[in-house]
Amino acid sequence: MLKQIEGSRAVAEAVALCRPEVICAYPISPQTHIVEGLGEIVKGGELAPCEFINVESEFAAMSVSIGASAAGARSYTATASQGLLFMSEAVYNASGLGLPIVMTVANRSIGAPINIWNDHSDSMSQRDCGWLQLFAETNQEAADLHIQAFRLGEELSMPVMVCMDGFILTHAVERVDMPTQAEVDAFLPPYEPRQVLDPQDPVSIGAMVGPEAFMEVRYLAHAKQTMALERIPVIAQEFEQRFGRASGGLVRAYRCEDAETIVVALGSVLGTIKDTVDDMRAAGIRIGVLGIQSYRPFPLAAVRAALQEAKRVVVVEKSFSVGLGGVVSTDVRLALSGVQLQGYTVIAGLGGRAITKASLARTFADAIAGQLQPLTFLDLDWRIVNRQLERERQTRRSGPIAENLLRDVGTVAAKVH
Amino acid sequence: MLQIRLHGRGGQGVVTAAEMLSLAAFEQGRHAQAFPSFGSERTGAPVVAFCRIDEREIRLREPVLQPDVLIVQDPTLLHQVDVFQGLKEDGYVLINSKRSFEELGVGEVARRFRPERLATVPATEIALRHLGRPLPNAVMLGGLAALSKLVTLQAVQHAIRHTFGGKVAAANEAAAAEAYEYVTREMQELKAC
Repeated sequence: MLKQIEGSRAVAEAVALCRPEVICAYPISPQTHIVEGLGEIVKGGELAPCEFINVESEFAAMSVSIGASAAGARSYTATASQGLLFMSEAVYNASGLGLPIVMTVANRSIGAPINIWNDHSDSMSQRDCGWLQLFAETNQEAADLHIQAFRLGEELSMPVMVCMDGFILTHAVERVDMPTQAEVDAFLPPYEPRQVLDPQDPVSIGAMVGPEAFMEVRYLAHAKQTMALERIPVIAQEFEQRFGRASGGLVRAYRCEDAETIVVALGSVLGTIKDTVDDMRAAGIRIGVLGIQSYRPFPLAAVRAALQEAKRVVVVEKSFSVGLGGVVSTDVRLALSGVQLQGYTVIAGLGGRAITKASLARTFADAIAGQLQPLTFLDLDWRIVNRQLERERQTRRSGPIAENLLRDVGTVAAKVH
Repeated sequence: MLQIRLHGRGGQGVVTAAEMLSLAAFEQGRHAQAFPSFGSERTGAPVVAFCRIDEREIRLREPVLQPDVLIVQDPTLLHQVDVFQGLKEDGYVLINSKRSFEELGVGEVARRFRPERLATVPATEIALRHLGRPLPNAVMLGGLAALSKLVTLQAVQHAIRHTFGGKVAAANEAAAAEAYEYVTREMQELKAC
């Protein structure tokens, strides 16, 4: 059924259709509307049996999810930004124990400086934790990916993070085709745990493992992610057959046939990039875009196959490894080992900086002209950067950087965006 | 694609207005995207929200930089925020005020645009009469339907019913209808002279 609906509400309804038995909720922007929506659904009696647990922190949210999942319950939680960092230790435990929890990460930057806006720093900080990480391009895909995530995670007995851009998607009201309960029930069978804490059949979960078997346990997590590379396209295909639309999968190419330049990105910025690519194609430029839907497992072979004929690859990413450069680009380069092409990293949209079509078009044109720096920061305000560097050269006690830059920028309220 | 930018202050329902506008467009079978600009989420602080309407899927995720339509829910913003920034030459402007563009001190700016696409409507007063509260958001959408014909009054009223319940919905519907008539009269008077 077509609905004009807020992204968070669509995700809440999609999660409810998956019949989670335990939902752990702790508020943090921009994720809060999702668990609020689920709270309403549970309180309204539309989702039963389900225990909605208000916990005291994100660390508790993940810890309670672990307990619930180990007891055999389909478990769900959601977080963002510092919340994800605060639960990080438990996040590693969930995957280490092989518990198929599904968690939405409403992507938001990480402080300091404190910032509530969107980028991918939070998810990327956990990319090595063993969870599968799926990225949504639209609210439709965000809703659909949750349904696929429960199926995928439970098949493999591994937790899945569904990443959606905070505010840009979570707070956007747009058209979403919501599936029916019967459709979801037919796609997602009841949870059959591989391990369960059952007083009738006691086991212990969470043994200490020494050097004799630790590497093997870790390797098995990798083996499961490798299996996921095969299962993700199969599940996406079955989803498409049943629900009539393509969502998820490993990667998605757009106008890449004969493309000399291919832009690679994750999440909602793909929409803006596609519009930019359409304009450039109309001007006769051979350019396309590759969206990565599955970031963990990282589809090395699929990325290589999609990019290897291109002359240049521009990775646009909302994440930044300080002291190195790109995060996604490093993985893309690994996929392209031995392939001769020009590679560019464009760090964009950190802390909610708007990524505009105009800036993207200019950047892609620069890449095509061979004038783009290998590492570029989209729309960086060099004026305030250089002023601060100069200040630090002049004075030992140059003061706090964030406050200095805010003074240099002047009042923001007078600007439109 | 039609792009709308709404300016107001925290507490005036600017974000809800953008969402209702998207609902009205959805009701008319179109694709629509509404989203807020975040930051100063405080009562009284300047707030911006956006809406896009199109016949096909909307993929663009940048803020609305070159609006076709500008809705200003609070006229005190006119001299604080550059609300006209990027407005297209043939754009529509609706300001919440009973005063004219000239009287509001933006006559100079207004002359850059087509006069039959500019209007003011005393939305706060209309809201106070119908709702007993100074909430101009749904009222402005009634005025927009009259000014631009981009959405119908019926679709706006449908969106109002979808957003609010019972008496609040009914009062907002009536207020939107009054704003619609007010702006329609204003347009007729402009044509006459």
